[in-house]
Amino acid sequence: MGLVSGLIAIPFLTTLAVLTVPAARWRAIRWIAVTGCAIHLILTAVVTALFWQQASADVATMKTALLTKLYLVEQVEWFRSLGIEYFVGIDGISMAMVILTSIIIFTGVLASWYVETRTKEFFVLLLTLVTGVFGVFVSFDLFLFFMFYELAVLPMYLLIGIWGTGPKEYSAMKLTLMLLVGSAFILVGFLALYHASGLHSFNLLKLAQANFSGEFQRWVFPMIFVGFGVIGALYPLHTWSPDGHSSAPTAVSMLHAGVLMKLGGYGALRIAVYLLPEGAKDWGLFFMVLTTVNILYGSFGAIMQRDLKYFTAYSSVSHCGFVLFGVAALNLMGLKGAVLQMFSHGIMTGLFFALIGMVYGRTHTRNIDEMGGLARRMPWLAVMFYIAGLASLGLPGLSGFIAETHVFLGGFFGNDWTNVTVMRILTILSTMSIVVTAVYVLRGLSRVFYGPIRNSHFEHLDDAKLPERISTGVLAAVLVIAGVVPWLLIDLIEGALMPILNRLNGSIAMTGF
Amino acid sequence: MTEPAGIVLKNAWLIPAIPLASFVLVGLVVRPLSRRLAGIVATAAIFVSAAMAWILAWEYFSATPHGEPTAVIPWTFEWLRYQTGLTVKLGVLVDPLSILLMVVVTTVSALVHLYSIGYMHDDEGSGRFFTWMNLFTFSMLGLVVAPNIVQMYVFWELVGVSSFLLIGYYYQKPSAVAASNKAFIVTRFADLGFMIGILILGFYGFRLFSELGDAGLQPFDFAFLTSPAVLERLATMHLGTCDISILTLSMVLVFMGAAGKSAMFPLHIWLPDAMEGPTPVSALIHAATMVVAGVYLVARLFAAFAASGTALMVVAYVGAFTCLFAAIIGLTQDDIKRVLAFSTLSQLGYMMFALGVATVGHPLGYTASMFHLFTHAFFKSLLFLAAGAVIHAVHTNNIWEMGGLVRKLPITHATFLVATLAIAGIWPLAGFFSKDEILGAALDGGHPVIFAVGLLVAGLTALYMFRIYFLTFWGKFRGMVTDPVHEVPALMRVPLVILAVASIVAGFVPMGRFVRIGEEHHAGINLAVAIPASILALIGIGLAWILYSADGRRAAQCTVRMGAFYTVIKQKFYIDEAYLFVTRRILFRFVARPIAWFDRHVVDGGVNLSGWIARTTGSVLRHLQTGQVQVYGVWFVGGALLVLLILWAGWR
Amino acid sequence: MIQYLAEHGPGLIHWLILSNVLFAIGIYGLLSRRNAIGILMSVELMLNSAAMNAVVFNRFLTPRAVDGEILALFVIAVAAAEAVVALAIFVALFRNRSSIDVNRMDSLKG
Repeated sequence: MGLVSGLIAIPFLTTLAVLTVPAARWRAIRWIAVTGCAIHLILTAVVTALFWQQASADVATMKTALLTKLYLVEQVEWFRSLGIEYFVGIDGISMAMVILTSIIIFTGVLASWYVETRTKEFFVLLLTLVTGVFGVFVSFDLFLFFMFYELAVLPMYLLIGIWGTGPKEYSAMKLTLMLLVGSAFILVGFLALYHASGLHSFNLLKLAQANFSGEFQRWVFPMIFVGFGVIGALYPLHTWSPDGHSSAPTAVSMLHAGVLMKLGGYGALRIAVYLLPEGAKDWGLFFMVLTTVNILYGSFGAIMQRDLKYFTAYSSVSHCGFVLFGVAALNLMGLKGAVLQMFSHGIMTGLFFALIGMVYGRTHTRNIDEMGGLARRMPWLAVMFYIAGLASLGLPGLSGFIAETHVFLGGFFGNDWTNVTVMRILTILSTMSIVVTAVYVLRGLSRVFYGPIRNSHFEHLDDAKLPERISTGVLAAVLVIAGVVPWLLIDLIEGALMPILNRLNGSIAMTGF
Repeated sequence: MTEPAGIVLKNAWLIPAIPLASFVLVGLVVRPLSRRLAGIVATAAIFVSAAMAWILAWEYFSATPHGEPTAVIPWTFEWLRYQTGLTVKLGVLVDPLSILLMVVVTTVSALVHLYSIGYMHDDEGSGRFFTWMNLFTFSMLGLVVAPNIVQMYVFWELVGVSSFLLIGYYYQKPSAVAASNKAFIVTRFADLGFMIGILILGFYGFRLFSELGDAGLQPFDFAFLTSPAVLERLATMHLGTCDISILTLSMVLVFMGAAGKSAMFPLHIWLPDAMEGPTPVSALIHAATMVVAGVYLVARLFAAFAASGTALMVVAYVGAFTCLFAAIIGLTQDDIKRVLAFSTLSQLGYMMFALGVATVGHPLGYTASMFHLFTHAFFKSLLFLAAGAVIHAVHTNNIWEMGGLVRKLPITHATFLVATLAIAGIWPLAGFFSKDEILGAALDGGHPVIFAVGLLVAGLTALYMFRIYFLTFWGKFRGMVTDPVHEVPALMRVPLVILAVASIVAGFVPMGRFVRIGEEHHAGINLAVAIPASILALIGIGLAWILYSADGRRAAQCTVRMGAFYTVIKQKFYIDEAYLFVTRRILFRFVARPIAWFDRHVVDGGVNLSGWIARTTGSVLRHLQTGQVQVYGVWFVGGALLVLLILWAGWR
Repeated sequence: MIQYLAEHGPGLIHWLILSNVLFAIGIYGLLSRRNAIGILMSVELMLNSAAMNAVVFNRFLTPRAVDGEILALFVIAVAAAEAVVALAIFVALFRNRSSIDVNRMDSLKG
């Protein structure tokens, strides 16, 4: 078993380890979970190092700074009769997503340190979900991809339904059903690809060699894109997100908004755009319009929210709009911006939800109007909240700026097969969100943390404890690092986008990984 | 021509880096230990930076005493690669303009830091204060040394956020919180224009770069964007079929950002409210440094603005209007810091229109603007610091609750008077020379209207400044404070005195030698301008003396006679209310709320509707499940017969 | 006699008509009887008509083979087994509900 399989296996083995412990010993369980995640973090670091080592060797031989290959590949036939393979590997985009997920799950486990009801089941489901997420990010076989995708989506139902708050059954049901509708689209799309290719294979790289007709691409591209768009909160299919995120427990919100929503952008990029470039060209503008709506609508929607989680969820809708906007822009900067935004938004929103969980745990309210002046009692949480907020409004020096300017430039530069004027107008419309975001973030945060303390009960609240400080501190540090030394991520991502761009630009020579 | 060189020049990156290091050190390590120590470390760091900036200036100008001003980039590295050929290199640009700003920023910042040690002595959160002050100084220096427009934007936002943090320093005070949000959001709105301008410049710059670029430059570099070949091309490209050239469009958009930061009308509304921050913050950020960033940006891109005459006209008229508008409002405000804020606005208007009236062939206004920026930094920060000393002593901002402080605060009074005379443009203080040069530039540049406005405002400036001077220091004490009024401690007196000296001598700096375009300009007093301006200033002072010297009783009668007109001015022409109306009443009510409603009811409703349809269908079909096998049998048989029938029909 | 019947007796079509009539009677009984025993008997009727079909087809189409007869024997055996199970259910049902009227048996009503 190779290292990449290890990335999937560690959360799975941790799940098994948790299963063997009696439920009464919940303290031991959370230690097991956090240890598993720490090991995973280390493994991710090792994989990253190996990835760089192998990649830089290739850079030296290819005399180019672009990492266009797939590394650490493990390929085993699984169901020969159907052409299904166990095919995992890592390229720059996967690497970035794996790093993101590894950080989020580690901090997420720390943030749910104080989950005391059914701890065992909670961690079992959480880790199962994470297994699925890692599987998706490293799979290069559509069947495997889909299997892991479903594994990642389904535990959410129980996690929200059991440990959630508010109208949790409704939210869980809505979220699961909507995501499953998306899955259905994806599955149909995948099968169509499988049959139309005539290659008898689910292997992504083999499918890339297939010659899909323009007509076929025109039909299947929107199907797959919308399917992934549901989980990527594409307007108007985003509506599971506010309810789902606000009902979910802290770690689940973190994982869901931080990582699961990224599966949408990832799938849209990796599968829809990569395999169906002609379809992407036809539909690019349409999806740009929808995502522009996403961006503005989410940010305007957030202004009126009074519940911190709804507030963050709408902001996520807006920010995930940037991901899909970048994908739909179909040029290097747009795609790169999309991946950067996935990373940036993942960390940022993970931090947001972790902090909301911590504030809620103290104040027992998430209503912005009932809070006020909390900065005096919880300076650490306030500072972290402001870091997340500033990242979300695209402050330079934090990761959001890098991603957003990429997306804006991508949209503004346009591409050769879309009406550039329309793209520019859409881009300018979406830049307006930087103002609206500033409005809602600052208004919201200042109402929570600034001003006098309104509720005497809040006078006795305490600041973050150690596990909470670690988890939020790590996330904030990542935001700063990604914003100050952006080339770390950019170098990672850029090369992996080349095969996709080459397919879009129609040069067949370099379409393989 | 010799390339300027020197140890500090080679290591010029240290000038912003030291405040950054100090910010991290103070913020993470020192602040939790001791807030006193935090203040000392932060101040020391800025002093080191300031010393380096002065040495840098000396090294640079001694290497090129009369030669063409050369731009040196002693340090740069690739920070952000958007795509091949479109990268952002962070760097340190050393040229006369950036040296001027570096000197101003570090010097004023160092003195304000020193002052703050005393001013914030009793404040529990002063560690936080010094952390943010260091962050601000770092960001401002990063902005000043930016060799490209993206770096400018990056630090532009960072100064914005440090300003936000410092205005909201007293975060438990709702008005301070509101002011900090307002400052950030209004400038952010302006930055939207800047951002779009950057997008446009990035795109066309990138396109032109392949034909016109040279190896050392990047499309975002100021040097590239202001090179004649690029400007010529940009000026001939048009936006679709419109008559607006790309150059004009992008420059107007960039100017929107500049106007936001420099609080030009109609984006000025945040600056008066920003006075909610501690007084040293107002002195440093909202008087001497950050607010001139807009002026600096226009100066940086001056060649581009000049190449598009329209954009330059916008700059000139917006500047002139703000100059007059703010001076009028400044006459009526009661809060000493707000008067100073409007005075800042007015002076920024001077700087702006000075740039606007300059042209490449006739660049006197450019030098004059930078000269005024330089002198203004000293006397305005002095005014704020002195006002801070007064506020420190009497615990109120309202000038009607002050009075008779001449004897109680002798040093504060003396320094305040120096600064007031300087801003009023009385010979031989600093303001006289720079204002003279600006007015001369406006007159020579063929802008009589703007010249007239400038002249009028010179009188108004003297009037409103001496109004607060007389009300604060003359007459009887009108306040309620019972505890004795003390002069500020020595630590705070030192910066006051240093700045007072600077306000006196800064006018004699031969700015025309240092900061210029083209030929060296020999400063001389333009009597045709100086005499009317001085007379107007004296009239202003005299009027102020008549109206306000006797505790302002005569002024009170005057205001009553002016009636509604006075109220409108005092309410700042209701611009804030107009903004509130647009945001609260229109944007929130007619955009945000409908969207929130739409999402909850229509989009979500759609989802719930599909759920409802599934449920309803289920409950209708449920009735078919009678539970009786025989009924099922009937269906079964009926179905079988139907199939048979279909088969039979098909057979036929 | 056999010879005569083979030549002049009822042909395939007549037997099929008989079996269809039996089947139809069975269906009618199945759908209309209230008494479970009656339903069981109707089911027997249908089974037998099907078995008869098998035998008749065997006799007329492939007289040499015995597949149809074997199938019929299976049907009879299964019918017997079915009758046993069904009667056992009815007994249990009667014990629980004191009735074997199928109209009252609607616990699975949706």
